[in-house]
Amino acid sequence: MTKQITIGVLALQGAFIEHIGILQNLGAATREIRLPEDLEGIDGLIIPGGESTTISKLMQDYSLITPIKKMAKSGLPVWGTCAGLILLAKKIDNQIVTSLDLMDIEVTRNAFGRQKESFSTGLSSHAIGDKQYEAVFIRAPLISDTGKKVEVLAKLEDGTIVAARENNLLVTSFHPELTLDHRWHQYFLSMINK
Amino acid sequence: MAEHKNTGTMQLKSGLAQMLKGGVIMDVVNEDQAKIAEEAGACSIMALERVPADIRAAGGVARMADPEKVTEIMQAVSIPVMAKCRIGHFVEAQILESLGVDYIDESEVLTLADEDFHINKHNFKVPFVCGAKNLGEALRRIGEGAAMIRTKGEPGTGDVVEAVRHMRRINQEINWIKNLNEDEFMAAAKELAAPYSLLLEVRKLGRLPVVNFAAGGIATPADAALMMQLGADGVFVGSGIFKSGNPLERAKAIVKAVTHYKEPDILAEISKNLGEPMSGLDVKKLADTDLMSERSS
Repeated sequence: MTKQITIGVLALQGAFIEHIGILQNLGAATREIRLPEDLEGIDGLIIPGGESTTISKLMQDYSLITPIKKMAKSGLPVWGTCAGLILLAKKIDNQIVTSLDLMDIEVTRNAFGRQKESFSTGLSSHAIGDKQYEAVFIRAPLISDTGKKVEVLAKLEDGTIVAARENNLLVTSFHPELTLDHRWHQYFLSMINK
Repeated sequence: MAEHKNTGTMQLKSGLAQMLKGGVIMDVVNEDQAKIAEEAGACSIMALERVPADIRAAGGVARMADPEKVTEIMQAVSIPVMAKCRIGHFVEAQILESLGVDYIDESEVLTLADEDFHINKHNFKVPFVCGAKNLGEALRRIGEGAAMIRTKGEPGTGDVVEAVRHMRRINQEINWIKNLNEDEFMAAAKELAAPYSLLLEVRKLGRLPVVNFAAGGIATPADAALMMQLGADGVFVGSGIFKSGNPLERAKAIVKAVTHYKEPDILAEISKNLGEPMSGLDVKKLADTDLMSERSS
């Protein structure tokens, strides 16, 4: 019998319940992460959409930055969606957010404008198969630059990078936790099973 | 070929509210307060001319804030900015949408502009949050296009009793709906004066179909955690922060309380030494005509 995998979902602020619901549907066990001791024994970590400044401050106040960095550097699969993408980046355009400084990408916050410019659109990505995926972008960030080891997984038609992977780190600037199409979650789980 | 982008959909409107969950939305009246709120970890701020406690004190007609002030506050921070318009005042809403605010609160804190009709919020690309005292009121607002609900509470008092009453009432009515036989549904819709289709959705989901925050009278970290334990998705704090003795520390503590709402040890720690809370008003001592929560239904 194979051991059921447990995915930690950072539950400081934002849309963590949505991720948890999808993961449970896909057969994974889940754990809400609010304190360093919650991290013990998880097989993967999701940093959800939310407000990146808020999540960043709470990560610092409750000493989560160091242990998460350590686990990610030793290979723990980590996926950041929207705010989570910002928090994984090595470079952010806006100084107010302290990130985990893990992934070799440069990020622009609120890159598409304010809420009235939020949008959804069809995307293609080899990571999740041929069928188009309807991606939801809410006050979304974009990836303005990527390091050599970063694989681009999805772009908008104008070339804007909106999903990428660097080894055990996955980022999407859109919100797979808000859609019924769960292929990005399946993709993340496949990063753990390997 | 240009890419097809959908904008202003219900998914995008309610999606932003989902991103605000587990967070604190703070009332601010100027750039300095906006920066303090952001520094404290607010997930969003509400740009106002006056906080509700001062609106009470000032009397007269309370209207949308000066667009110049709203714009200044928007430029001061990188987090989402909300602003209030009067109930039924769709032109104030059009102006706020044109300024680019991220959410509009069609709010009973301001003077009513229309005694019969709320704004048709489907006509806007910007999302709306509205207050509710019970399930019927929440579903009427959602029917009109609101993408987020908050309890009304009793704003500007620092007395949490009305927010508690409204949250408990909504929860009780949801539990009632969940246990109804399908034959009883239309009568329930009639009794609550709620759209039938939305009642079906409530039964299916076991909760409101949009995010539900607590608001109105929250003044301490314990108040915020109380509302979270009662099932709120997050909290609005109006006068409670900038009418207190130490706004930055209190704001930080309330942010932490909303994250760690189930942990009394952490709540005890963060509740220490916050200085004077806002002085507050006992809701039971207010005249009926002073109750903001009764201004619409």
